[in-house]
Amino acid sequence: MNGEKDTLILAIESSCDETAAAVVKNGREVLSNTIYSQIDLHTLYGGVVPEIASRKHIEKINQVVKTSLKDAGVTLDEIDAIGVTYGPGLVGALLVGVAEAKAIAYAANKPLVGVHHIEGHIAANYVEHKELEPPYLCLVVSGGHTHLVRVNGYSEYEIIGRTHDDAAGEAFDKVARAIGLGYPGGPKVDKVSKTGRKDILAFPRAHIEGCPYDFSFSGLKSAVLNYLNSCKMKQAAANSGNDSDKDATTAKKPGGSVYETVFSGDDMIDPEQGITVADVAASFQEAVVDALVSKTMAAAKDLGYTKIAMAGGVASNSALRAGMREVCEKNGYELYYPSPILCTDNAAMIGCAAYYEYISGTRHGWDLNAVPNLKLGERAY
Amino acid sequence: MNILAIDSSGLTASVALQTDGKLTAEYTVNNKKTHSQTLLPMIEEIMRSEGLEPKDLDCIAVSAGPGSFTGLRIGSATAKGLGLALDIPVAEVSTLQALAYNLYGNEGCVICPIMDARRQEVYTGAYEFVRTDTDDKPAVYRLNTIIEEQAIPLKDMLSKLEETGRKVIFNGDGVPVYRELIAENFKTEYSFAPSTCLYQRAASVAAIGEQKLLNGDVISADAHTPIYLRKSQAEREMEA
Repeated sequence: MNGEKDTLILAIESSCDETAAAVVKNGREVLSNTIYSQIDLHTLYGGVVPEIASRKHIEKINQVVKTSLKDAGVTLDEIDAIGVTYGPGLVGALLVGVAEAKAIAYAANKPLVGVHHIEGHIAANYVEHKELEPPYLCLVVSGGHTHLVRVNGYSEYEIIGRTHDDAAGEAFDKVARAIGLGYPGGPKVDKVSKTGRKDILAFPRAHIEGCPYDFSFSGLKSAVLNYLNSCKMKQAAANSGNDSDKDATTAKKPGGSVYETVFSGDDMIDPEQGITVADVAASFQEAVVDALVSKTMAAAKDLGYTKIAMAGGVASNSALRAGMREVCEKNGYELYYPSPILCTDNAAMIGCAAYYEYISGTRHGWDLNAVPNLKLGERAY
Repeated sequence: MNILAIDSSGLTASVALQTDGKLTAEYTVNNKKTHSQTLLPMIEEIMRSEGLEPKDLDCIAVSAGPGSFTGLRIGSATAKGLGLALDIPVAEVSTLQALAYNLYGNEGCVICPIMDARRQEVYTGAYEFVRTDTDDKPAVYRLNTIIEEQAIPLKDMLSKLEETGRKVIFNGDGVPVYRELIAENFKTEYSFAPSTCLYQRAASVAAIGEQKLLNGDVISADAHTPIYLRKSQAEREMEA
C-alpha cells in the first residue's frame, strides 16, 4: 500500500443459514474467513427453517467472530471498522448479526458499516481478481436471487435483468427434490448431471417480451414436473394390476405441489426411453445455463461490456462456469468468478464490500436495522 | 461495579445502569419502534448520561427469556457483542423473575407474571418474597420460586395458583390480554399490578443481575443464549 496504513475490516454475515465472520485487509486480502454452516440441521426439514437458523446464529456468533480474529492473527483493537450484512435475507437471522455488530462496534469504539448481501457476493470477485475494477457486468445467481447487474462503481449498482418468478437456485432445489436428490439441490444436480445427457430432453427457455435481460424459471420447473408426472403415470399404467393403488396415489397431477418428491431413489425415470435421473438433471441444468448465459451475452453485446463477472451460490455450478467461459472466450471477453468457498454465503465478501463503503465514507448509526427486502444499490440509512 | 442491564423480551425496550447496589439510570420505552432500532441508542444515551465509557462496565445483565423469540435475540446478541468486545461476563436473568421483582417485598402474596405466548398459552411462573433473616430491620427479602417457569394455558396456571390458597398479584403483558379470563375463572383473592409495575423493566434485571454477579453466578458472553421455553414450530411439527 506504498507505506499507507492498512485498513482492516471485521465483517459479520448471518442473513440465512451460515453464521460467518471474516477479517479482510484493504478490501482485497482475506486474512480469515470463518463459516459455521447449519446446512445439516436444515437438511432434516428440506430447506432453511428461519427460527432454527436464528437460534443457531445466536448460539454460534461469538465463537465465529473470535475464531475469525484469531485466524487472522489480529485483535479487535487493530480493526478499523465493523461491517455487517443488514439485508436482504431472513429478518430474524439478520437481526442477530446486526445487533452483535452494533454492540461490538459501540463497545470497541469502531465505525459501523452496513452492507447489502448481494453487493457482498459481487465484491467477492475482488479477492482473487486483483485487477478487476468497475465497470463490468455481473450475473448474480443464488437460491434467492437472479439478477443481471451493471456494476458502474464500487458502490454503484444498476439491475438491468431480474427473475419474474423463481430464482435460479430455487428452481434447482425444487427440481432436485422432485427427482429425489434432496437438499441442497444445486450441488446435487450439478454432480449427477455430469453422468447425464444434457440434450436428451428439450425443456423450454423462457423469452420475456420487452424484457430481453429478464429471467423466468417457473415454466421450466413446471415442464420438468409435468414430464416427471407423465412418466410416473406411464409406469403406473404399465404396472396396473400389480400395485396400481399405490401408483395411483403416488402420481401427482401435472402442476401439483412442487414440494413433492415425484421420484424417490429411482434411477430410471422412463424405462421405455431409457431416461435416467441424471438425464433429467442434465437437461434441466442445460436449460437454466442456456438462459443465464444467453441473456448475459445479449446484455454484454448491447451495452458494450467486455468484462463479465458471476456471483452467488449458483456461480459455483460447473456447467454454468463452463458455458459462460466458452462464450466469453469466443467473444474475447474477460470472465471472473470467485472460488466456491467465496460463492457460498460468507463474511469475507461482506468485508470486501464494507471496505469500499468505508473508504467512500459510509457510516451507519446505532439505530441500524435489519432490512429483509433491501434493494440492490439502495442505501437505507 | 458497574452493571448494564438489558430487557428487550417483550413490548418494552429497557436498559438500566446499576453501580454498587444503586440504580443510577433507567430508560424504558414502550413504543412502536423495533427493539433493533432503539436498544443500542438507548444504551449509548444512559452510558453518556452517567459519564461511563463501555470499558467501565463489569457485567451485562440480560433478560434471558422467556419472551418474544426475536426480541430476546436482539437483547442477547447485544449482550454477547458487548461481552465479547469488553471481555466481561453475562448474568442471565429470568424474564419472569425480573417481572416478579417489580413487586419486591409483597410479603405473603404469590406473584404471578404472565406473558402472552400466543397459541392459547402464557409464559408464567409463581414467586414469593421471603425474609432472608427475620431479625433484619428493615426486612430484606429474597425471591423464592413456587411454580417453575413454563409455557402453559392460563387456565391450567390458575388452577395451580388456586391450590396455594394464597392471594395472587398478576403482572406482565398478559394482564391486559387475559384480564377478563382471570376475572371469570379465578376463585382466589387476586389483584393486578399497577401499570408502573406491569411490564419488563431493566432495573429489576439489574437488581437480580447484581446479586448473581456477587454470587459468581455469571457465564461467558460466548456461552449465553436465550431461554425460549418453547421449541420452534418446525421442531414441534416434526416431533408430532
